[in-house]
Amino acid sequence: MKVLVPVKRVVDYNVKVRIKSDGSGVELTNVKMSMNPFDEIAVEEAIRLKEAGKVEEIVVVSIGPAQAQETLRTALAMGADRAILVKVEDPVEPLGVAKVLKGIVEEEKPNLVILGKQAIDDDANQTGQMLAALLGWAQGTFVSKLEIDGDRARVTREVDGGLQTIELGLPAIVTTDLRLNEPRYASLPNIMKAKKKPLDEKTAADFGADITPRLKVLRTEEPGGRQAGVKVKSVAELVDKLKNEAGVL
Amino acid sequence: MTILLIAEHDNATLSDQTSKTLSAALQIGPDVHVLVAGKGAKAAADAAARLHGVAKVLLAEADELEQRLAEPLAALVVALAADYDTFIAPATASGKNVMPRIAALLDSAQVSEIVEVVSPDTFKRPIYAGNAIQTVQSTDSRKVITVRTASFQPAGEGGSAPIETVNAAENPGVSIFVENKLSDSDRPELTSAKIVISGGRALGSSERFTEVILPIADKLGAAVGASRAAVDAGYAPNDWQVGQTGKIVAPDLYIAVGISGAIQHLAGMKDSKVIVAINKDEEAPIFQVADYGLVGDLFTILPELQKAL
Repeated sequence: MKVLVPVKRVVDYNVKVRIKSDGSGVELTNVKMSMNPFDEIAVEEAIRLKEAGKVEEIVVVSIGPAQAQETLRTALAMGADRAILVKVEDPVEPLGVAKVLKGIVEEEKPNLVILGKQAIDDDANQTGQMLAALLGWAQGTFVSKLEIDGDRARVTREVDGGLQTIELGLPAIVTTDLRLNEPRYASLPNIMKAKKKPLDEKTAADFGADITPRLKVLRTEEPGGRQAGVKVKSVAELVDKLKNEAGVL
Repeated sequence: MTILLIAEHDNATLSDQTSKTLSAALQIGPDVHVLVAGKGAKAAADAAARLHGVAKVLLAEADELEQRLAEPLAALVVALAADYDTFIAPATASGKNVMPRIAALLDSAQVSEIVEVVSPDTFKRPIYAGNAIQTVQSTDSRKVITVRTASFQPAGEGGSAPIETVNAAENPGVSIFVENKLSDSDRPELTSAKIVISGGRALGSSERFTEVILPIADKLGAAVGASRAAVDAGYAPNDWQVGQTGKIVAPDLYIAVGISGAIQHLAGMKDSKVIVAINKDEEAPIFQVADYGLVGDLFTILPELQKAL
């Protein structure tokens, strides 16, 4: 069985982003970039399936600028076998990403694609579901447990009221939630080895995918700020303020 | 132009997230139809018909729609799509699951989690865990939108829309429902509660979370939330997580107990009207967004608070 794992290079989750003063977007110059945390979980899950003998090959793919190579090398150092970089200059919307991935799936023919449920930059939460739609495959989103049994996958999903278990016929799309696993750190020897693993470069045109944006970003601005309030000294003072000042009790 | 709102419900009852999404839909256009897809969902359809501003309710019932699995639900919406140019749903687990599938089938770029309708094709939405707000204009002829319901008020009642039965589409049959393990609780739902009390890692264990947080929640009639750290540590179930990738809440009163206030958590609660923070670390970032902060040991403060309420 072969697994495809798409990964995205995003602003590191510890960085507090700054808005450009002209409102044209978020400042990305000299900002620490990392693999999207949900994608790390996806890579880890694929490696665990391989370690359990369920998977023979893990292919990672990133659609992004030349620097997304670093993100792919991280995934290779964690344990993926091979990488594909689809080089693009400008940001690609989830629908465009799904179209490129569809082309890669048709070429690579994986039995399973594991994606992060959302990227922490655009917070769109779309790509996995869109890829499933374009391929006509089953989708298991927001997954906290994944079991492969022959040509079926049993997934437990984090839903609003608790957990839901569904069964998917393979090939299928799975998107990861936080509780699926805890991703490993790549060891130094594995980082060295990863430099020798194959990394192919492609373009969106190689897959005949139209990645023209459909959404026009008119403005990016700071959210309405919230000022720190007051510190109260006691529970009695807190209850009094909530009752008489804020009127919420 | 007609808008199709995909209802959030559990067959028996209609979620108030549907009603809040209706408010957003009515800001986009006046002609809104509500699709109730389920099984034995007549009660939910009746409730949708009573919402003020709904022109028509479509009721589709089938075994595979009972749990609103993404594949048959998306197939149904696509089968109905010719009559509509905007498709809208709340950004619930169900809405987030199915809407992008519908969008891709319609070759439309979804606009996720809108917090404001600027015009029928232009919306505001948060990015980077709410640290930036983007204004985006959709150029697609058919628009697919999910709504962050914490930013919209519920629509009123008093309507009497007709209910029309529609056939389910052919089931793609690629997924099967196995089981739900849902929390069974008399407390209000996290996303619609007026008061939310959330606990963090400082609670230290699932037992202490239960002992300290739940009695106050019940006294206040509050919903219970948790930080990601508390959920990851197993102190609270996943569906209590408040934050960027959990639930987004905006109650009248949010009480954060033993939560330091990582940006990912703040993303889920900073639109609350009044925020109270209780934390022993006076430098904790949560105090920067709190209207009222109380520095001290939560295990002393909370029992006191319980008595004082």
